[in-house]
Amino acid sequence: MKNTGIQFSGYALPKVLTGISGLDELTNGGFPQGRPTLICGGAGCGKTLMAIEFLVRGITEFDEPGVFIAFEETEEDLSKNVASLGFDLPDLISKKKLKVDYIHVERSEIEETGEYDLEGLFIRLGYAIDSIGAKRIVLDTIESLFSGLDNQAILRAEVRRLFRWLKEKGITAVITGERGEATLTRQGLEEYVSDCVILLDNRFVDQISTRRLRIVKYRGSIHGTNEYPFLIDGNGISVLPITSLGLKHEVSDEIVSTGVDGINEMLGLGGIYKGSSVLVTGTAGTAKTTFVSSFANQSCIDNKRCLYFAFEESENQLIRNMSQVGINLQQHVDNGLLKISATRPSLNGLEMHLLTIHKMIEEFRPDCVVIDPISNLIAVGNFIEVQGMLTRLIDFLKTKQITTIFSALITPRGNNLELTEEGISSLIDTWILVRDVEGIGERNRGIFIIKARGMNHSNQVREFIITNHGIKLLDVNVGPTGILTGSARMAYQMEEKTRANEKLRLESRMDRELQRQKALLEAKISNLRLEFESIEEELKKI
Amino acid sequence: MDIQPEDKSDAGEYELRLYVAGQTQKSMQAFSNLKKYCEEHLKGRYTIEVVDLLINPQLAEGDQILAIPTLVRKVPEPIRKIIGDLSNEEKVLIGLDIRPRSANV
Repeated sequence: MKNTGIQFSGYALPKVLTGISGLDELTNGGFPQGRPTLICGGAGCGKTLMAIEFLVRGITEFDEPGVFIAFEETEEDLSKNVASLGFDLPDLISKKKLKVDYIHVERSEIEETGEYDLEGLFIRLGYAIDSIGAKRIVLDTIESLFSGLDNQAILRAEVRRLFRWLKEKGITAVITGERGEATLTRQGLEEYVSDCVILLDNRFVDQISTRRLRIVKYRGSIHGTNEYPFLIDGNGISVLPITSLGLKHEVSDEIVSTGVDGINEMLGLGGIYKGSSVLVTGTAGTAKTTFVSSFANQSCIDNKRCLYFAFEESENQLIRNMSQVGINLQQHVDNGLLKISATRPSLNGLEMHLLTIHKMIEEFRPDCVVIDPISNLIAVGNFIEVQGMLTRLIDFLKTKQITTIFSALITPRGNNLELTEEGISSLIDTWILVRDVEGIGERNRGIFIIKARGMNHSNQVREFIITNHGIKLLDVNVGPTGILTGSARMAYQMEEKTRANEKLRLESRMDRELQRQKALLEAKISNLRLEFESIEEELKKI
Repeated sequence: MDIQPEDKSDAGEYELRLYVAGQTQKSMQAFSNLKKYCEEHLKGRYTIEVVDLLINPQLAEGDQILAIPTLVRKVPEPIRKIIGDLSNEEKVLIGLDIRPRSANV
């Protein structure tokens, strides 16, 4: 298990790793060892799940047995609920690594008379802990006691005693609590659990929900202070920690082909640097997707793993469309080099997309990533959010040395243009613009490189066409009015050709004339020679 | 430490179980209170079983014991629980659903 925490020079608070992806980085090493941690939040924000994952990971990854004290759900319900996350509670229970104790307080059955204490609860906890040698315990949620019993004064005193007792036992405890109106928990549990408090939240912005996590306090430890989105999926919880925002990533001199020969030439070095980020922008219908697919295709041909995030087209549609222009993505999907993840941007909040991308990258471990297009993400967030997300994403990809190619749609008017120009251009190493070149009743496609960091790139606008074998950059024809495209280029080329033919014809005529002249002269020469010979003969006779 | 009343003819009608944790003052109090009420109202018709959870902690789960002392009425059904030192006689009698002897006659 990685521990990316900052090392203290002297005293360090002992911690236990939670095993929850991302949370350990955030808490700089996990929850405080031998102390209670409070997880609070509203209904349905994942408190119980986080608590149970803490136990399950503790057992499976760190071999620390755990006790789950359920005040709300029975053992069977709990097992069923978390089975979908791949946690097999009955198995862990049968291996004596986990104990689930359902504590049920039925108010209608109970009559209270006189003084009492909760020694029974302590005995049950103690028994459960000792029976499997537990190192971790979860109380979910102890506030149920308050609705089951009347005497608040006794309860409060006993809960306080309970936490002290847990600390004395040296067991790492997680307490869950429902969020209250003005306090973090309904019964003010945060008064008792003062070491580490984590607040979960499920917030809706524009009908899109994002779960967020915040460390409210963590005594004796540095920790992340922001709100971090987290995701619950088939593998449990993942928290997205802030990535290092320093610019310290390693750089590579290796060159990666873009998959289009002409562009490789234009870039001067035959491609882009490995681990760099490339942005392809253009208006609608300028073959951005074809460009990025060429890149994906090329990297797979070069036996590199590629992860393709499609936010516009489904996987099958993308594969079909690209097969029409000679880019066969299906073969790469079949042999496992290419993975296409097609989702609608509105499926998740922005942070959630980032998290999903993170997760998929961690799982698939690609050499290059394609995101097509990033401009669609703006549909689910505002400009600042998108910029923040992309900064983090690009940063993350760079630290992983993953070559990235983004496409972005720009419209002549509107926010997207701003996004592209202001938002991320400074983050991007190579920016390729594809655009329409309009003139004499037709639209042609032109391409040029706006910037390419660290490369002596071409400054030309090149026309390209989409052929059955992918994108082809055409030679530059500069006419009297500038660069020639489309039919103008064709006319120019035709003219050039005729002119050349003409020249050829002319040359051959002159050639033939020369031959004739030569033959004529040679004939004359031989005549003269004959004449000379006959004269010579005549003279000899004399 | 089962305490059987002297007259066993009618015994078993009330099966009571008192959960304690060691010989604490509250537990002793509860036991003596319970004994007193039973002798008064259920003479010869009850059994009291005292369970010390310090000795048998595994028994706490079965009856869902949290508070100490807890009195559980096992028989007659339904199960009733009374927590505390049983100092309030009226509440205990209501909790156990015992009608006063006078009404019984």
